[in-house]
Amino acid sequence: MSAVVNDHEHDHEHHDHKPSGIKRWLYTTNHKDIGTMYLVFALVMFFIGGAMAMVIRAELFQPGMQFVEPNFFNQMTTVHGLIMVFGAVMPAFTGLANWMIPMMIGAPDMALPRMNNWSFWILPFAFLILLMSLFMPGGGPSFGWTFYAPLSTTYSGDSTALFVFSVHIMGISSIMGAINVIVTIFNLRAPGMTWMKMPLFVWTWLITAFLLIMVMPVLAGVVTMVLTDKYFGTSFFDAVGGGDPVLFQHIFWFFGHPEVYIMILPAFGIVSAIVPTFARKPLFGYASMVYATSSIALLSFLVWAHHMFTTGMPVAGALFFMYCTMLIAVPTGVKVFNWVATMWRGAMTFEVPMMFALAFIVLFTIGGFSGLMLAITPADFQYHDTYFVVAHFHYVLVTGAVFSIIAAVYYWLPKWTGHMYDETLGQWHFWCSLISVNLLFFPMHFVGLAGMPRRIPDYALQFADFNAFISIGGFLFGASQLIFVWVLVKCARGGEKATAQVWEGAEGLEWQVASPAPYHTFDTPPVIK
Amino acid sequence: MNKTYEKYYVPAQSPWPIVGAVALFLIAFGAGTFVNEVTKQQPGFGGYMLAAGFVVLIVMLFGWFKNVIDESMSGLYSAQMDRSFRQGMSWFILSEVMFFMAFFGALFYGRVIALDWLSGGSNNAMTFEILWPSFEAMWPLLKTPGGIETQAMPATGLPLINTAILVISSITLHFAHTGLEQQKRGQLKLMLLITLLLGATFLSLQVYEYIHAYRDLGLTLASGFYGNTFFLLTGFHGMHVTLGAIILLFVFLRVLKGHFTPEKHFAFQAAAWYWHFVDVVWLCLYVFVYVI
Repeated sequence: MSAVVNDHEHDHEHHDHKPSGIKRWLYTTNHKDIGTMYLVFALVMFFIGGAMAMVIRAELFQPGMQFVEPNFFNQMTTVHGLIMVFGAVMPAFTGLANWMIPMMIGAPDMALPRMNNWSFWILPFAFLILLMSLFMPGGGPSFGWTFYAPLSTTYSGDSTALFVFSVHIMGISSIMGAINVIVTIFNLRAPGMTWMKMPLFVWTWLITAFLLIMVMPVLAGVVTMVLTDKYFGTSFFDAVGGGDPVLFQHIFWFFGHPEVYIMILPAFGIVSAIVPTFARKPLFGYASMVYATSSIALLSFLVWAHHMFTTGMPVAGALFFMYCTMLIAVPTGVKVFNWVATMWRGAMTFEVPMMFALAFIVLFTIGGFSGLMLAITPADFQYHDTYFVVAHFHYVLVTGAVFSIIAAVYYWLPKWTGHMYDETLGQWHFWCSLISVNLLFFPMHFVGLAGMPRRIPDYALQFADFNAFISIGGFLFGASQLIFVWVLVKCARGGEKATAQVWEGAEGLEWQVASPAPYHTFDTPPVIK
Repeated sequence: MNKTYEKYYVPAQSPWPIVGAVALFLIAFGAGTFVNEVTKQQPGFGGYMLAAGFVVLIVMLFGWFKNVIDESMSGLYSAQMDRSFRQGMSWFILSEVMFFMAFFGALFYGRVIALDWLSGGSNNAMTFEILWPSFEAMWPLLKTPGGIETQAMPATGLPLINTAILVISSITLHFAHTGLEQQKRGQLKLMLLITLLLGATFLSLQVYEYIHAYRDLGLTLASGFYGNTFFLLTGFHGMHVTLGAIILLFVFLRVLKGHFTPEKHFAFQAAAWYWHFVDVVWLCLYVFVYVI
């Protein structure tokens, strides 16, 4: 079991010693296998969470109660959120990190390969627990993915304990994954791969990993307090014992706000890889991108209470959090500017990864602008807890994070499988997704501004037309993702052979190894000029 | 081919991670079920599942560490690998710091803001009048708004002794480390043993203190915000001391077997870092929970 993986051959002649059968996946220490498992897991979770969104949209298609009980509706919104955040977006980024970071920095594998496998295998079990809790008497968690006290303490069901412990082990998985990424980047860079030569995907993941290590333990702390409040008679979040439900919100959002940057910083790295490739120009303002990413990460620790303006806080506090939040627009603007400047006078082509990256730039920016609106304390009093907020965070998470992940998959798929994906089908996937996702989320701005509250299974009649429209967009978006699965399966099974470089304008170490990438890359570190 | 470069050891397949994942599943599912069964006093399988999870976890840790120690002793690990371990441990300790920060944060918020607001501070005069007009903000919170009363744990006496014990244990551990580095195996063994005994003493005194709190002071987990923060902070700290002591115990056993050299002793180093970290947490805890 402790054979040294070392072939004194060059990568090109390298023989792949892949173990076979199920044990390959259960016992693996290979970053590519683990990356693949993360990505497949994320895709499965994306569809499970998506199915829950379909239930939500079916119920909201018309006013009145049609298909599900209110309590079940609440479970759907809660578990949809938890699955998409912790089960789809985060594992997908971790999968990409596993696959790409060692190849991008010329490392033989992740720094701690066995722990890497442990990080992954915790996840299916954690989500098994969460999904099983839906079948308990009284149902699964129904207090929203933010599990505000006292909803999650005084008024929650028996499944709360399972929720708490599944979040605990998800957190363990994330922290170990983040430690692995950060140590890999610090310690396993090939000689000559200096900090300011690292691809931006590596940079953004380094900072993401730091955020994960800082805030996932805080999440563990707050779920622990929920557990003891509910079961063991403590009163952290209960004023009768001297605690305060507002305390919950502070601790939760101290985790929660950096968490949203955990879900977007790697996306910035992906777009910063794709845009230069298809514009055939080096990235504009590399150093400013690094500084902007770091600034966003630092600011993310100082803005959490902008989620709580209507909860009430002293005016000085509201002002502080408002200004800090608005300040985030500056480094984010730097990034958008740099992407656009990279394309300026580039020799552009529009393959599927580029299309998704372009859609990301436009639509993520829309989500950023609505975020800026939400940051304004007095205006937030109108928007808070309405569909405007739902529109905002779905623009940054679906057309932001998810689109970037899809772009990344198309971009690196030829490197993973050795085959080109079907460009026609991919374009279909892109255009269907682009149109339906805007049908789905754009009208939410309007119903939200008109006052439709979020997390409600029924609504006033005047919102009926928009909601029917939104639901149709939702079903179409869900169906469009089936094309994605079709493309993936087709590409995995065969197709036009991909070259090592794959894309004409692609630069970086990952494009210097063969496609598909050998099972072990860079046993000896490459030389970096 | 760069011959001067030391090869980075990538282990071949290992069954332990998946065993560890199963262990965590049993622990999480078992605990989630057990908590409900205990609080409702129903019989069930949760406790057994939880126990099984811990058994599997211990088996996993033995197997995994045995692999790692064997690989390390047979010289498979390069200096670069050693750095990976060290950096990994440092980041892990940072995550532990942040875990405690959540509870310290709760403590500060409760003392400075929540209690002030409950007694009418800021713009909460009406809330105070309507909800609990007789409530008085104080720290330690000896009487909650709901009327539960308790006594405070004094900072002198046993907690002060415990502070001294932990500080001394950090010092003895440091001398064990210098013993290791200077090849004085006798000093290493003796100092490590003293550290372990001090750790065990600390834990026994903590247990005694808990009994005293529950029986004599009426200070329990359910006696309001003071009891909550007191028991969760000292409780999690105690768990970390326990874990640290177990790690040190295994390091001690390895020392007796003749493991570790002045150049290569990552496991010792990691255990020592962990112990010093736990010690620092205690100092913060002593100041903020007991003294101030």
